[in-house]
Amino acid sequence: MLPTAVSNDPLAGVAEFRDQFIRAYRFMLHARLLDERLASLYRSGKIFGGVFLGRGQEALSAGLGVCLRQGDVFAPLIRDAAGRLAFGEHMIDSIRTYLGSPLGPMRSRDGNVHRGRPKEGLLPMISHLGAMISVVNGMLMARRMQKRLGTSVGAACLGEGGTSTGAFHEALNQAGVERLPLVMVIANNQYAYSTPTNRQFACDNLVERAAGYGFDGHTVDGTDLGECLETLQKAVDNARSGRGPQMIVAPLLRLCGHGEHDDSSYIDPRLKQSELGRDCLEIAEQRLVAEGWLSGEEIGRSRSELLAAIDETISTVQRESAPNASAESWQALSTVSLRDMSSGTEMA
Amino acid sequence: MSITYLDAIREAQDRALKDDPRVFIYGQDVGAFGGAFKATKNLAAKYPGRVIDAPISEDAMVGAAIGAAIEGMRPIIEMQFADFSTVGFNQMVNHAATLYWRTGVPCPITIRLPSGGTSGGGPFHSQSLETIYAHFPGIVVMTPATVEDAYGMLLSAVAIDDPVIFCEHKYLYYHLKASSLPTESLPIGKARIARQGRDLTVVTYSAMVHECLAAAEVARDEGYEVEIVDLRTIKPLDTDTVVASVARTGRLLCVGEAWPWGGVSAEVIARVTAEAFDLLDAPPQRLNAKDTPVPYHPNLWAAHRPTAQSVAQSMLRLLRL
Repeated sequence: MLPTAVSNDPLAGVAEFRDQFIRAYRFMLHARLLDERLASLYRSGKIFGGVFLGRGQEALSAGLGVCLRQGDVFAPLIRDAAGRLAFGEHMIDSIRTYLGSPLGPMRSRDGNVHRGRPKEGLLPMISHLGAMISVVNGMLMARRMQKRLGTSVGAACLGEGGTSTGAFHEALNQAGVERLPLVMVIANNQYAYSTPTNRQFACDNLVERAAGYGFDGHTVDGTDLGECLETLQKAVDNARSGRGPQMIVAPLLRLCGHGEHDDSSYIDPRLKQSELGRDCLEIAEQRLVAEGWLSGEEIGRSRSELLAAIDETISTVQRESAPNASAESWQALSTVSLRDMSSGTEMA
Repeated sequence: MSITYLDAIREAQDRALKDDPRVFIYGQDVGAFGGAFKATKNLAAKYPGRVIDAPISEDAMVGAAIGAAIEGMRPIIEMQFADFSTVGFNQMVNHAATLYWRTGVPCPITIRLPSGGTSGGGPFHSQSLETIYAHFPGIVVMTPATVEDAYGMLLSAVAIDDPVIFCEHKYLYYHLKASSLPTESLPIGKARIARQGRDLTVVTYSAMVHECLAAAEVARDEGYEVEIVDLRTIKPLDTDTVVASVARTGRLLCVGEAWPWGGVSAEVIARVTAEAFDLLDAPPQRLNAKDTPVPYHPNLWAAHRPTAQSVAQSMLRLLRL
């Protein structure tokens, strides 16, 4: 299917939009290729834990990432490889964390998607859904107290399943009460692990909840990069300019299992055939070619270059030493003098 | 001048706000109202924008504190009652407690838990939850028993670069008084000998220190001198001071207001048994609250938790073994 005709899209043809589209596309492609390589490492038994792909969600994720800038706060979730790359995470952080390298940001102590650099505004998610949002709120509140909030925003990502948690409700209400520049991005990918949306929520569209929290609400086709960029940029700009918290709900379909251990046989085949089941990467490529922004050859070259870089980074990380348990500090507290000397952990 | 335990908590927060611009207080009703127990009375007016009313959202309160700590602040969270901290449990034990270990970024937050029973409190305004927080790595748990410690330890809690669960006992808020605030205190992590004795070591903390002190007077009338160790912090647990006391007395009783299963008293006995078995002249004993929710009626409540009377009975039983 071809994208919207140029004349119907007021932003098409604007160089700025074209450049942003191309940038976002490259992060989508990078994330897709990186995900595929990680899946292949998983299948060959090279990864200790699970692997969680963003297939089908790259347009939304990369779209958000390119709308953020240095100094913002970003709390990605499990399917945000594209947004992470766009926000500035180097792919070696991802590969090191998946492979458990002690040189990675989580130093072998945490794995896969649980990675970040809090001091650089990139929060490492915990597994409990909705838990990151109030942390973003707290960072924004702190900056406001320190009088250095400026025009920075905080963005948090979640799936539709995570919206059923108490943490989500508490955090959105908090952001509304404090009128924080929070951008809440919800990928409604139709399944929370195997649970379909009719067992997850009862409203027609999750964006209806925005009004209840005092958020501006936006809905966008999560399979269309152009639309994602337009909507996300508007939401981020709103937050930057003091118009309060923003919620974006993007219907799309997860084009993979929950993790690579999951064959996703429960996904309704009719959804796969519907508009929701379109592959956002293919749609973006079709538009790039149709608009004349990139040629098929250029796309092919980007793909080869990215693959070579990914493979080289994986090789580098695979040569790194594994962690040494006897060299671990085993210190959960930063205050060493307050370590509890329990007799039960090792023989004196 | 007379200063209550509650005054000390308020004064410590006043001083922390005054001395350190990174400190702020966030909790339900803490602002103009001054808190359910008035532990933040007048602080919102004195420190505008730094004593902030929170919605009834314990999870989001602690989450926001973690975020603020990442940005260099030193938040104090007031839980209205310790019992409600379970709503924020996930952020406390899975997020705050793991942040430093996972990322190398310290998480200096202080969470105040008005703890323990008062007459008429009932099942959901009386709990002592220190044990469940101590169970998790990455958290310091303080249980001050005196006005001096309420003040000094709260200031330390704010200064420490790690999450601190500060269990302040509601029963002590108004009952306990001192003539002045301390200018110095024992280091954090060090237990205190609250009473010297030669016949029995009683290890306890928080409000139970005072029940045990009263019980020790009953034992004295029977001719025994009981030594009382006030743990002050239950994590880290000062095993050395406990073992040194048991070396002097040969007998150990642990008393706690919390429930017995897997609690502080169990931990102390496990450590002493493992590390100092040959110092014991009798099996170590413990006395805790009954293994039921905390009852409402004063008659039931008084029988549910250890009191000077029941502690004295336990002391004498152990002394006569």
